[in-house]
Amino acid sequence: MDGSSPITAEPDSYTTEDGRKIGGVVMEMKNITLRFGGVTAIKDISFDIREGEVRAIIGPNGAGKSSMLNVINGFYHPQEGEIWYLGKKRGPMKPYEIARQGIARTFQNIALFRGMTTLDNIMTGRLTKMKSGIFSQAIWKGRAEAEEIEQREKAERVIDFLEIQHIRKAPVGSLPYGLQKRVELGRALVAEPSLLLLDEPMAGMNVEEKEDMSRFILDVNEEFGTTIALIEHDMGVVMDISDRVVVMDYGAKIGDGTPSEVRNNQKVIDAYLGVSHD
Amino acid sequence: MTTTQTPSTALPDNLNSFPKLLERNANKYGSRPAYREKEFGIWQSWTWAEAHEEIYALACGYLTLGVEQGDKIAVAGRNRPHFYWAMIAAQIVGAIPVPVYQDSVADEMAHVMENCGARFAVVQDQEQVDKLLEVADRIPELKQIVYLDPRGMRKYDHALLHNYRKLQAEGRNKRNDFDAEIKRRADAVTGDDTAVILYTSGTTGRPKGVVLTNNNVLMTAKNTCEFDNLTENESILAYLPMAWVGDYVFSMAQAMWAGFCVNCPESPDTMQKDLQEVGATYFFAPPRFFEGLLTSVMIRMEDASKMKRKMFKKYIDHAKRIGPALLDGRSVSTADKLKYKFGRALVYGPLLNATGLSKIRVGYTAGEAIGPEIFEFYRALGINLKQLYGQTEATVFITQQPDGEVQADTVGVPSPGVEIRIADNGEVFYRSPGTFAEYYKNAEATAETKDSEGWVATGDAGFFEPGNGHLRIIDRAKDVGKLNNGSMVAPKYVENKLKFFPDILEAVVFGNERDYCTAFINIDLTAVGNWAERNNIAYASYQELAAHPEVYGTIQNHVEEVNRSLADDPRLYDCQIRRFLVLHKELDADDGEMTRTRKVRRRIIEEKYAPLLTALYDGSESIFIETEVTYEDGRKGVISATLEVRDAAVVAPSAQKVAAE
Repeated sequence: MDGSSPITAEPDSYTTEDGRKIGGVVMEMKNITLRFGGVTAIKDISFDIREGEVRAIIGPNGAGKSSMLNVINGFYHPQEGEIWYLGKKRGPMKPYEIARQGIARTFQNIALFRGMTTLDNIMTGRLTKMKSGIFSQAIWKGRAEAEEIEQREKAERVIDFLEIQHIRKAPVGSLPYGLQKRVELGRALVAEPSLLLLDEPMAGMNVEEKEDMSRFILDVNEEFGTTIALIEHDMGVVMDISDRVVVMDYGAKIGDGTPSEVRNNQKVIDAYLGVSHD
Repeated sequence: MTTTQTPSTALPDNLNSFPKLLERNANKYGSRPAYREKEFGIWQSWTWAEAHEEIYALACGYLTLGVEQGDKIAVAGRNRPHFYWAMIAAQIVGAIPVPVYQDSVADEMAHVMENCGARFAVVQDQEQVDKLLEVADRIPELKQIVYLDPRGMRKYDHALLHNYRKLQAEGRNKRNDFDAEIKRRADAVTGDDTAVILYTSGTTGRPKGVVLTNNNVLMTAKNTCEFDNLTENESILAYLPMAWVGDYVFSMAQAMWAGFCVNCPESPDTMQKDLQEVGATYFFAPPRFFEGLLTSVMIRMEDASKMKRKMFKKYIDHAKRIGPALLDGRSVSTADKLKYKFGRALVYGPLLNATGLSKIRVGYTAGEAIGPEIFEFYRALGINLKQLYGQTEATVFITQQPDGEVQADTVGVPSPGVEIRIADNGEVFYRSPGTFAEYYKNAEATAETKDSEGWVATGDAGFFEPGNGHLRIIDRAKDVGKLNNGSMVAPKYVENKLKFFPDILEAVVFGNERDYCTAFINIDLTAVGNWAERNNIAYASYQELAAHPEVYGTIQNHVEEVNRSLADDPRLYDCQIRRFLVLHKELDADDGEMTRTRKVRRRIIEEKYAPLLTALYDGSESIFIETEVTYEDGRKGVISATLEVRDAAVVAPSAQKVAAE
């Protein structure tokens, strides 16, 4: 199969090898082009993300993966093309609109509040769900109190899920890298996103940490049915955990399909083995 | 020589089984807490009345699965109230619980399941279920598996899998239908029935199933609760493996007998914090725990301000001088008492609070020798830390130290009801109400261990201290060997002396049927790593740190210090270590080098590291070795290293004698 064949060739929904039902399209990118001045970061890319799947975007350094993630997230708005999210066409958004759209993400370089505890960091993931006013929160009465208890419970469930009880009260700045990554995943997860974006979740991890993280990603997907889109460098990990993979090189899509399809795609092999580009 | 304590009276008929004790506790202590577990950051609590309801719901659930009287139910999970309930519920329906180490690999688990012929298993999570399914064809008897944590279980074929809570709900629905049957079965359980089958950690060979009856277990609980005045007001933290006899006796037998509360930590990693929050009054920990805690306190003090360090040192020194005397009720001058009180306000109190030990009324340690300084440190702070000596076959208790008669190097007097005899070769024998019934399906081993009069060989060599009648254990009887020149070698004794240095995690001493003694050393990564950090020594791995010349130098100093102390004792003079090396990997249970309770498996190490052993005796200065290691997920890998072999100075006999004269 040619990796760049249009996604419309896919049936509406499919069942994965391990028996999970993948639903309809959550997000569809149609002919996206993103430019920064004279530089074209993304060239005419189309693909979709379906409900309940683990969708990976891979590619060599500078392929435009992070830009793509920022487009999905709504942080960048492309000059050309359309983005359909949950059945609606999406226009440019303000930051608070981005936050409220139900897409949560983690960052490549970890963007936690280093001086705050694990628990507090995870609680910040619930901020968009809190409705009590500043005054109510200051005097700690009525709605604020009830809300805090409710949010804390959600946070505790995530802490339990990610097995980080022992660092609940530890300032995240003092934690090892692998755990910080897990806390960041916790903060994204606690927002109960309909789409979870992971920007290089395994970067800089050792083999054991990578295995742990893979396990958690799969568990999140299975337990909560969360749709996950991830960018990753480590081919082995990607091939193991994702259902479908988009491969980018120099801003263009060079492959799209299941891990085995992508693995056998000549363009992908060339991109990774470094064939000279004209 | 035979020593005995006042024999205990028999158990009353209405308290000779777990179902009867549960009934009594639900009636008598109905509104008192029975179990607590920290979950989602909050301590969840069940009273005895609530626990009674939960346990009966599960018992009815068992009946819906078709559990028959006499069936074995394997239980594998970390300490959670639900698993204690699973064991009590098993007895209610006339079945026998068999707790299994939850960290054992699939093969070990299969052996236990095969041996006991368990038809049912109650397990923690997907991990345990996977292990059982992996070996399913070896254990055809296993019919149904109940799991507690549903995470990741969605995709499994549920023909033989059941969710613990759903099973309870089903049981609740049928409670009325099963009432008569449950009552009939529970009433039929008596003191002579098997309470539990516990598998020994297997220092030698395959684990054996130790069958303990209700009489064994509850009589021991009764006697020992009286010995230490344990009442329903105690509170303990259940954090040691549930398959270990100690946890079974403390958290099941004694807790049920006295009616006190069992607290389960949130996760294995939060144990220290949970201990602090619970404020346990009765506490057991292996010496390793106390060593680790002391090391971490000392490391943190190094980072404290100068003033705090000074204050800490001043008052700790005072406590070491006065504390043990105060604890034993000996007379102390008023000025010293006053200073100790200041110390408590300024140092000891906050320290105990931070470590979670402030409320401990009775604390025990056992399993291996504890360093005298470590032991005295905790006693100096006012913790009533004592030692006991026991084994699975005795339902733990053989000897224990009474309040006020505590020494670092003995294990105390015989526990109530226990008779002790020392054989001519020094081996310790005992006979007690807790003496096990048999090894399950292994009459041969039973006969080897227990004679017709009920005396059981401990396998340990020891003697009673003249004067106070306290037992002192020197080594495993079979490990006490002889050098080629005929003098005695007690490897464990020497290993313990080495392990008392914080830098040394493990040591294995060799010498039996050889010309002199040698040792393998494992460094303690926490202590040595911290030292390296403070001294700007860079290292990338355990292996590199272990091989560092400065680390070798430090270890050599420790070995030589041990040699000097051994030279003082004419019987152990020849145990001095002439050559040693520092191992490139930690000895690990996953590699079969230690038991699950972290006891060194000497023979296996001897075989596995044969080239190293040869190098210790053929005079070579370094040796290359490749070792197979097993990762936690069962995969195997190979690590290789070139190790340095060093000579240690030995104190010469003539010089010693001259100096002594």
